[in-house]
Amino acid sequence: MYNSTRLAILGVAHSPTSIFDPAATPARSAFGLSMLVLSVTLAIFLTVGGMLLYAVIRFRQRPTDSDREPAQIYGSNQIELSWTVIPILIVVMLFLSTTRVILDTQAAPKPSDALNVTVIGHQFWWEYRYPKLGVVTANELHVPISDPAKPTPTYLALSSADTDHSFWVPRLAGKTDLIPNRLNTMWIDPQSPGLYLGQCAQYCGTQHAKMLLRVYAQSPEDFAAWIKQQQRPAEPDLSGNAAAAEGQTVFMHSACINCHTVAGTVATGRFGPDLTHLASRDTIASGPVQNTAENLRQWIADPNSMKPGVLMPSMHLNDHDLDVITAYLTTLH
Amino acid sequence: MAHAPVLEAIDQTQIRRRPPLDVLYEWVTTVDHKKLGLMYIGYALLFLVIAGFEAVLMRIQLAVPNNHFVSPQVFNRLFTMHGTTMIFFVAMPVMFGFGNYLVPLMIGARDMAFPRLNAFSFWISAFGGLLMYFSYLGGDGLYGMGSAPDVGWFAYAPLTAKVFSPGHSTDYWTLAVLLSGVGSTGTALNIVTTVLSMRCRGMKLSRLPLFVWLMMVASGIVFVAVSPLTAAQIMLILDRYLGAHFFDTQAGGSAVLWMHFFWIFGHPEVYILVLPAFGFVNEIIPVFSRKAVFGYPAMVAASVGIGFISLSVWAHHMFTVGMGAAGNTFFVFSTMVISVPTGIKIFNWLATLWGGKIIFKVPMMFCIAFLFQFLVAGLTGIMLSAAPFNWQLSASYFVVAHFHYVIVGAIITSLFGAFYYWYPKMTGRMMSETLGKWHFWLFIIGFHLTFDFMHVPGLLGMPRRIYTYEAGRGWEGWNLIVGIGALFQTAGTLIFVYNLVRSYYRGEVAGHDPWDAWTLEWATPSPPPSYNFAVEPTVRSGRPLWDLKHPEDLDENYE
Amino acid sequence: MMQTTSTIPFSAQAETPWVLPHRGVVGIACLIIAESAIFLIFVVAYVYYIGKSLSGPLPAQVLELPILSTICLLSSSFTVHFAVSALRKNDQRGCTLGLAGTVLLGAIFLIMTGREWYHLIHDVGLTIRTNLFGTTFYSLVGLHATHVVIGLIMLTIALVLSLSGQVKETHAERLDVLSLYWHFVDAVWVVVFLVVYVLGR
Ligand code: HEA
Ligand code: HEA
Ligand code: HEC
Ligand code: CUA
Ligand SMILES: [Cu+2]
Repeated sequence: MYNSTRLAILGVAHSPTSIFDPAATPARSAFGLSMLVLSVTLAIFLTVGGMLLYAVIRFRQRPTDSDREPAQIYGSNQIELSWTVIPILIVVMLFLSTTRVILDTQAAPKPSDALNVTVIGHQFWWEYRYPKLGVVTANELHVPISDPAKPTPTYLALSSADTDHSFWVPRLAGKTDLIPNRLNTMWIDPQSPGLYLGQCAQYCGTQHAKMLLRVYAQSPEDFAAWIKQQQRPAEPDLSGNAAAAEGQTVFMHSACINCHTVAGTVATGRFGPDLTHLASRDTIASGPVQNTAENLRQWIADPNSMKPGVLMPSMHLNDHDLDVITAYLTTLH
Repeated sequence: MAHAPVLEAIDQTQIRRRPPLDVLYEWVTTVDHKKLGLMYIGYALLFLVIAGFEAVLMRIQLAVPNNHFVSPQVFNRLFTMHGTTMIFFVAMPVMFGFGNYLVPLMIGARDMAFPRLNAFSFWISAFGGLLMYFSYLGGDGLYGMGSAPDVGWFAYAPLTAKVFSPGHSTDYWTLAVLLSGVGSTGTALNIVTTVLSMRCRGMKLSRLPLFVWLMMVASGIVFVAVSPLTAAQIMLILDRYLGAHFFDTQAGGSAVLWMHFFWIFGHPEVYILVLPAFGFVNEIIPVFSRKAVFGYPAMVAASVGIGFISLSVWAHHMFTVGMGAAGNTFFVFSTMVISVPTGIKIFNWLATLWGGKIIFKVPMMFCIAFLFQFLVAGLTGIMLSAAPFNWQLSASYFVVAHFHYVIVGAIITSLFGAFYYWYPKMTGRMMSETLGKWHFWLFIIGFHLTFDFMHVPGLLGMPRRIYTYEAGRGWEGWNLIVGIGALFQTAGTLIFVYNLVRSYYRGEVAGHDPWDAWTLEWATPSPPPSYNFAVEPTVRSGRPLWDLKHPEDLDENYE
Repeated sequence: MMQTTSTIPFSAQAETPWVLPHRGVVGIACLIIAESAIFLIFVVAYVYYIGKSLSGPLPAQVLELPILSTICLLSSSFTVHFAVSALRKNDQRGCTLGLAGTVLLGAIFLIMTGREWYHLIHDVGLTIRTNLFGTTFYSLVGLHATHVVIGLIMLTIALVLSLSGQVKETHAERLDVLSLYWHFVDAVWVVVFLVVYVLGR
């Protein structure tokens, strides 16, 4: 039944971020609960609304009415009691079902194969660290899919480097806030490969709107390959590429390195996203901009034009430097 | 027992119109509860138009994806100013305005208990509002134009810390809210004291009009809810000015503590706003159904119950901060329980309508709309209170739709009803029914276009407080409809404002009791003289004017 | 519509006694509830941050029990009570005496708090910015001290009026309101004392 409701809803309102199209267990149990709550409230609405409508139509003043006032009725204890008790019963029922889902999600035992990822919110981008795997990346989260028979969920440890943020990928799970000085956890177990979208859901400053989330769920093999590639330091072969080689030099001698890391180089800044494997990402600036050479160049020239209010300043580089830095960055696979 | 004819007491009052400067002087220096009430109301209306205008700007920006109508900075200021203004400088003052005006009249008193405190409270709240809007000029110093606060109406830490919010815009926000809180506490104190100490002879607590009861419960909540906000604002000011670390996460301070403090205020606050609205409905529905309110004691008990329960539910705004299963479960329960007393109220209104003779005058139309809309809004509240569902819905447009459904669909709607109902008392003139019907239909259609459809993008994953969004998320069409609805609401509101002004000069003369009503305020002339009642009245039942009109079927026999 | 003949029962003489609580007392009770809520929030913040400071100095190292000032403040509750009951009996001298005692004791309390703060700021180097302890300590104790100051100002006004012979038996109700406020300030001190100097150390 849930499935058919789901399809009906999807028919009316299709969206890659619909909460009615769950693709992982936490989202699915929230969906199940939502169907229950929706049907109970719908029933209440129809009953109470129907009675109101009836009363309003049936008891309206008519021209044929006499001038007398209607009978004055001051109340009735039995009736009061009945409309106190029935809602109490409904509330208890709703409460118990809700509690079950809370426990299923929050108190679920953590399997030993679970993958741990640390998520750190920054003003307007996401940092992802895979502590056991030695991988650090930004803005695009890769996780393995989880087979219900042998679950390999991903546990996210959430914190923030500055203000509050919230991690919300509706098809995978409800949101959990990232709060500085505090560690929250949540878990996801997408069951089919694909790209799941979402975005920051707690107002965190000027560019809260463009702090998008992209979660790539991959088959175990693809995921292993991705990890392998991310674990390598960036050692691009720049011998055949003079522009990139020059770009590397310019990059390493400009302020970029104060804020960005390129593993294995002098660039170790942590204020901005890790750029070690920048070119392996589909988007830049945490989602809104496609990762093309052209966009990259414009971004470096003036980040504000693409994401007004961003915390990366324009470096006022000349055209030549921009070209070579872009050339360098596009080699960071 | 002596019966004095009403007219004997009132006929001397002459309404003369005097030179503007005299009038101005009189209004500025007044301590009369009716004048202060009207000033509260006028002030709130002014801010309603301003904050409504801000809302319209936001809706224009969001009507289509990737819009460039306003910049992100401007948008963030818009929703902060819109939310803060609407809550602190529209809804609170308008409720206190009606309370100020009506409570003494309804309980047969000559004025509030502390008239000068009353004036002080009004002016300090009013100053708060002006201070907040001054930030548009002064936030970055006079040269940095356009620097109103942009931290959202609940101003979560640490976004409000000096590091993340340099300049003075946040200072204006916190000071303005602090002042408004002081004013509200003063007025609430005044209302409670007035009700407890100034009732006329025979006006037992069990005979109070329900509006008075609800104002008293709302005021009671103000003491325990607004004070935490005041305390939290003091802490924030200490942080920002003296370098304290209450909410400074770098020094070990806690961001979550602010959330708790804010919502310990914030949740009861919404009941502070909705209880007076219930009060309006409680007065209007019986009169236009021509029946006594059903279950008066249950209504009182339910209101007091709501007051108490509302103090224990605040963390349902924080289901996503990682409270742990125990905390979540507790707040799910307390939140859901509140639907029981609220349901009792709905059912009692239904029973009041039942068997009545419903007259569809404009005030009643708004109250009927209130009933349906509040029902829906409450039920979406129940959806939000189921924590796992909330993890999906929280901070999305579903929440925005929920609370506008309550605030606009219930509070503002019943407020419009209250305007049509009590305007004759306040000015001596009736408001135009024709214009009223236009206002009603435009506003209600607009309301439903806006806020019914606003739920959908929320369910489709659209977070709130975003200045723009990408195409292709399935949010486009919905947001366009929402925007069109806002224009209908604007049209309705403009007609309302026009009606207010026009009726003041051209409205039909009302007489002292145009609706054939039953509570004491209708026993004085319209508008009432400054001393309200020539002689202190004595009542023998909850509906003194009913008893006068129906000596054969006295109310007091049913007590 | 109501006709011109309609009447509303205005009664000249009382049938049953109709007594309502004094508005001053109700008002101050409301104020005390609201103020308690403010203090409660500061106390919660204090308790929540106990032991969470990232750096020293810590309360155990620098705070001493303010026994003497506590005794002064608490006994001032008795003197102000004495003043009110004296006034009720129309004993104006007793009232003046009671008020004078209250002002004196309150002032001693303030001076001792001032000395404590001077010591902490000047000798220990603990300010509101130092750490979470400093933040919560100065704001909670300071909030209370502010209330003492306000109370003292009002008491002093009452004392001056009383000295010039303008306080009469008819003012007992008002002085009672002031004394309720003062009792509240004292009661809050008990809580502050327990939280800051006992629990917090
Ligand atoms: C102004 C008035 C107002 C009122 C009256 C309410 C009423 C309720 N609200 Fe709402 N709410 C707000 C204003 C209001 N709210 C605001 C402003 C916010 C957001 C603030 C922000 O984030 O900016 C908010 C947010 C909000 C949230 C947090 C959402 C989030 O951010 O994650 C929740 C969660 O539980 C919630 C729940 C409820 C509930 C359960 C009620 C209940 O009181 C409703 C009770 C009524 C009924 C249920 C209907 C009638 C009852 C019956 C017919 C009986 C039978 C019914 C049952 C047995 C279920 N509200
Ligand atoms: C009393 C409370 C109240 C009221 C009445 C309203 C009324 C409206 N609100 Fe508001 N709103 C809040 C309280 C309220 N709101 C709060 C607390 C927030 C949260 C803020 C935050 O997140 O920090 C919020 C947030 C909020 C948002 C979310 C912003 C975001 O998250 O990005 C939106 C978006 O559509 C919105 C829209 C509206 C609209 C269209 C109306 C309409 O009903 C308004 C209709 C009224 C008018 C239009 C006035 C009439 C105007 C005139 C007569 C002047 C002439 C006008 C023109 C020339 C255009 N509101
Ligand atoms: C003051 C700090 C700072 C400096 C200096 C800086 N950046 Fe950035 N950079 C950032 C921040 C912060 C972001 C994340 C912006 C966002 O998405 O909101 C960023 C994002 C980026 C991105 C996109 C990364 C991604 O994964 O989306 C690139 C590419 C980049 N910077 C390149 C550079 C280059 C090249 C320079 C030097 C010319 C530079 N940055 C200098 C702070 C800085
Ligand atoms: Cu990060 Cu909003
Ligand atoms: Cu709430």
